[in-house]
Parts: sequence; structure tokens; C-alpha cells
Amino acid sequence: MATRDEIKFLSNPNIGGQRKKYCRFKKFGIKHIDYKDPDFLLQFINDQGKILPRRITGNSLKYQKKVAIAIKRARHLSLLPYVADLLK
Amino acid sequence: MRQYEVTFIVDPVLSGDEIKKTAKTYNDMISKSGGKIVNEDNLGLKQLAYPINKRSSGIYYCTEFQVESGEMIAGMELAFRRDERIMRFLTVHLDKYGIKYNEDKRNGLIGTKKKNDKDEVKPDPSKKPPYKDKKKAAPRAATPAAPATTPAPAPVAAAAPVVATETVTAPEPTPVANVKSEEE
Repeated sequence: MATRDEIKFLSNPNIGGQRKKYCRFKKFGIKHIDYKDPDFLLQFINDQGKILPRRITGNSLKYQKKVAIAIKRARHLSLLPYVADLLK
Repeated sequence: MRQYEVTFIVDPVLSGDEIKKTAKTYNDMISKSGGKIVNEDNLGLKQLAYPINKRSSGIYYCTEFQVESGEMIAGMELAFRRDERIMRFLTVHLDKYGIKYNEDKRNGLIGTKKKNDKDEVKPDPSKKPPYKDKKKAAPRAATPAAPATTPAPAPVAAAAPVVATETVTAPEPTPVANVKSEEE
């Protein structure tokens, strides 16, 4: 049997592989998400002001919930818009 | 003891003194009803993300305080609602991480608090150099080809140094032309 090292590929099989997503809160040990920091929360909303899903941000469930709460608080205080167009 | 944080937006149309007085009344209210103020912060005039009461900006205040029970908060929020000078308010209970976060922020351990040090915001993920290998490979393939072709016409075209210089720059088509011209 040929091992993987011996097999010659026509194209590099490593090209086009997606980088593994990770939860930045877990990775960097961020425990508290401040609702008064709209610049930070801007990373978790799309340009319409909608909260991005976990599928895209890679957040763990625990912190996605906290992010969602922080964004909603920021919206209430008019730090982030409820509806927007061409935000960012 | 439970720690809370109240953020409120004061109408910017008021004069500077009135704004400060408004903030002070609520801070006094907290301390009168048995609360202990940990920190008061004036976040300043900010542009609102959407208009509130036909105002497009507001002055943000944030007060952190400790109280035995949260019963006084209902009274405080009622006062906020009745007050025309207050545009919005939000009272939040802080967990232990929130308390630590605010402490660290006050001591300047977290983030870009005011004006200075914007430079140390997350280093970008270093770019991997996948292109370098390709670039290296391309010249290597080109360079050995050039010397191989250039010596060939040089002995044949001994009397034409001008043509020889041309062969260095454009190796492939010219040697053929040279050979033909020599043959004639």
C-alpha cells in the first residue's frame, strides 16, 4: 500500500482548505463582553445591523448568547442601530 | 452586596450645568437609598445610532454602585422615566467578571480607554508566504534556460557584438534569426 507521502497529487491538496474557526472568547480568555463598546460588537453584526450566526463567527454557544445580549443592550442605548444599511 | 451599573443618556440641549446637575441627582439618589457608588463615569457627548426624541446625539453617563438589595432600583427607574431630561437608561447587574472587567478598565489594563495607545489592538494574523515558493521557482526555471541559449549564438556570431547583447535580453527568438543570417 502506498502511504499518503508517496502519492503524487496533480494539485496541492492543502490549497483551498478552510481555516478552522474558533471561539475567540475561549481562546483569549475573555469573560465579560461590554455593551458600551460598539466598536468591538461591530465584529458580530453584518452591515444591516443583524447579529451574525455562530456558524460564521465561530463563537461557542455560551459566548454567542452573551454577545447577543450585549448587542441588544447596545442597541437600546443607541450605540448600535436596530436597522441599518451600509453599516461598516 | 450586589453590584449594578446604570447607564443613562442625558438630553444634550440642556446647558452644561444642568446636565451635571441631572447626573448628580441620580448619583445622590443612589447614595441616599443605601447604595455605595463605586465609580462615576462621564462618557461624554456621543452620536446616537438612531434618533431618540428627535435628538441625534446624547451625553452618556455610567455609574457603578453596590447595594444590599435591588429594591431601590425600581424607584430609580421610575424617576428616570418621569424625568424629561433623560432620554434612555439601562440598569444592569454585574457578575464577578463584569466587576473585574470594569476595575481593569479603570486601571487601564483593558483596551483603548481614552485617546492614547491605539497601536496595541490585536496583532493581525501573520500572513503566510505561500507565494514566495512560486516566485523562487519561476526565476530558477528561467535563469538556467538563458545561459544555455546565449553561448550557442556567441561563437557563431563572432563579428556581431550588438546582436549578442540582444540575445541576452530576449533569448529565444533571436538565436534562430542569428543562425539564419550567418548561414546566408
